[in-house]
Amino acid sequence: MSAERREFLAGIKAELPILLGVIPFGMIYGVLALDAGISAAASQAMSSIIFAGSAQFIFTQLYAGGVPALVLIATGVVVNLRHALYSASIAPYLKHLPVRWKWLLAYLLTDEAYAVAITHYRTSDDSPDHKSFGNKHWFTLGAGLALWTTWQLSTAAGIFLGAQIPPSWSLDFAVALTFIALVVPALKDRADVVAAITAGVVSILAFGIPLKLGLLVAALSGILVGVWFEVRR
Amino acid sequence: MNIWLVMIIIGVITFLTRLSFIALQDKLQMPAIVSRGLKYVPTAVLTAIIVPELLLTSGSLHISFGNARLFAGILAGLVAWRTKNVFLTILVGMLALWLVQLWFLK
Repeated sequence: MSAERREFLAGIKAELPILLGVIPFGMIYGVLALDAGISAAASQAMSSIIFAGSAQFIFTQLYAGGVPALVLIATGVVVNLRHALYSASIAPYLKHLPVRWKWLLAYLLTDEAYAVAITHYRTSDDSPDHKSFGNKHWFTLGAGLALWTTWQLSTAAGIFLGAQIPPSWSLDFAVALTFIALVVPALKDRADVVAAITAGVVSILAFGIPLKLGLLVAALSGILVGVWFEVRR
Repeated sequence: MNIWLVMIIIGVITFLTRLSFIALQDKLQMPAIVSRGLKYVPTAVLTAIIVPELLLTSGSLHISFGNARLFAGILAGLVAWRTKNVFLTILVGMLALWLVQLWFLK
């Protein structure tokens, strides 16, 4: 087996445990996108066009709430800004690659693929400039493609299931529950808690402001107070 | 709203965000304060979506035992805190919502 192929398969293998959590997440997205009134074709396409779970969930939630397009775009973009952090952190390891590889791996750079890839890069003995470092991008590709394929298939399964679920089940509430499941374990220190409380309080106070901008105002307040709290110490 | 256009715009900007430092690492330097702020983005955005969903009923504050979403959300928060399990959190939250709705429909 070639070194490239070995790396590629190791990338897929490292991604497998994460996929167990991704499958129900993708299915719930598919169900909820239909529930929000998005067509089956657009719901499926979003999984490859945006290809970012939390942004897709927020999209369905805001779309169902009749939020104007510009606010929807602004919110989606803000939520996905964290990918700039991943990009900065993984960039030194991809420096030697041709442009087409950089584009491909950038497209596949989700939370889940990043987590696995960066661990693989950091635990290796090679420095980013080392010659033998050259094959590790196959690992990143394996992890990224495993996630991409799983995301598309679980979305399709959710869309298929969603067509059979009656609206009286209040399934839209599963989005809020998914967010609760993501936020609560992420509250690791007091700055996180302060940021969350600020965002929550402002979201109520600013709820009535025009264009449904309350969400963005609340999120920015939370971010600023979080940073302030951290710097202050 | 043209949903396809909105989707494609978000998709392109997301891709460019992911590509940013990979493509331009020699020319781009992230200010420390920005990378600090990015850490709080998911928590702040998601909380700002959750809280009105739980506390408001058609735009006004609704804090009582009759608010099924609030009750189910708090219960789900406790499950998320203790188990860190997404699937279990959704399951318990939905069951709680249905039970409270049934209770108040009687």
